[in-house]
Amino acid sequence: MDLASAKMIGAGLACIALVGAGVGIGNVFSSLIAAVARNPASQGQVQPFAFLGFALAEATGLFGLAVAFLILFVF
Amino acid sequence: MAIELNPLEQFKIERIVPLHIGKLDVSYTNSALLMTIVVVLITALVLLGTRRASLVPGRLQSMVEMTYEFVADMIDSNVGREARDYVPFVFTLFTFILLANLLGLVPYSFTVTSHIIVTFALAAVVFIGVTIIGIARHGFHFLSFFVPHGVPLPLLVVLVPIEVLSYFIRPFTLSIRLFANMLAGHTMLAILGGFAASIGLLAIFPLAINTAMFALELLVAVLQAYVFAILTCLYLRDAIHLH
Repeated sequence: MDLASAKMIGAGLACIALVGAGVGIGNVFSSLIAAVARNPASQGQVQPFAFLGFALAEATGLFGLAVAFLILFVF
Repeated sequence: MAIELNPLEQFKIERIVPLHIGKLDVSYTNSALLMTIVVVLITALVLLGTRRASLVPGRLQSMVEMTYEFVADMIDSNVGREARDYVPFVFTLFTFILLANLLGLVPYSFTVTSHIIVTFALAAVVFIGVTIIGIARHGFHFLSFFVPHGVPLPLLVVLVPIEVLSYFIRPFTLSIRLFANMLAGHTMLAILGGFAASIGLLAIFPLAINTAMFALELLVAVLQAYVFAILTCLYLRDAIHLH
C-alpha cells in the first residue's frame, strides 16, 4: 500500500472517534430532557451542567477529528 | 477545476516585525498582534464600562457587570465564598479565551487559541498556580489529596498512582480540549468553504451547511471559554477543600 492511500484510510479510521462523541452528546441531552420533564423547576440548576457535559463530550470526539485533519493535511 | 487550498493555512504564524535577540526569535507575529488586540479590547471595555459607574447601569456598564457577576457566581457556587480572591484570575482567563475565540471567528483573522503552545501555557499557569495554592494552604497535608477516603489498603496501591496520574494529566487535557476544538472547528469551516468555492452554482448547499457550522462554532467558542473557566474553578476547589 502506498503512503497516500494509507493516509486516507488512517484519516477515515480516526473519524470513528466521533461515534463516541455522538453517543455522549445524545446521552447528555436525553438526560437533560428526562430530568426537566420530571421536574421542570430544576431546569435552571441542571442546564449549565448539561452544557458542560456537552462541551466535554464533544471535545473527546474532536480529538479524533483533529488527528484526521493532521494526517490529511500536515504529514 | 477543484481549487487548490490548504485548510491549515489559516493557522500559519507570520512575522510582522522580525526581531532577533541573539539566537532567540522574538518577532512580533500575527499571533502576538491578535493577543495584543484581545488584551487592549478587554482593558478598554472594562475601563470604559466602569468609568462613570452609575446606580442604573448603561449598556456598556451592565455588560461588564454581568460578565463579572457571571464569573463571581461561578466561583461562589463551585468553590465557595472564601475563594473570592481568585475572581480576578478566573475573570481574566475567561475573558481572554472568550475574546480570543470570538475574534478568531472573524474571517481572515487569526485564532490564537488554535495553537497548542498558547493553550498549554494558559493551562500550565492554572496547574502550577493551583498546586502552589494547595501546598500553601495545606502544607504537607496536601498529599492526602491523592489518597481517597475509606478505601482498604490493598486497593490504595492501585488507586494512588491513578490519582497521581489523573492529577498530572490535567494541564494536558485542559489545553488539548481547547486547542482541538478550535483547530477542528476552523479546519472544518475552511474545508466546507473549499467545497463551496469549487462547485459553482451548487455552492449554495455547502454554504448553507457552513452557515449552520458557523453558528455551532460561535456556541463552541463561548462554551469552551466557559469550560476552561469552570474547570479552573473545580481545580481550585480541589486545592482549597481537598475533596
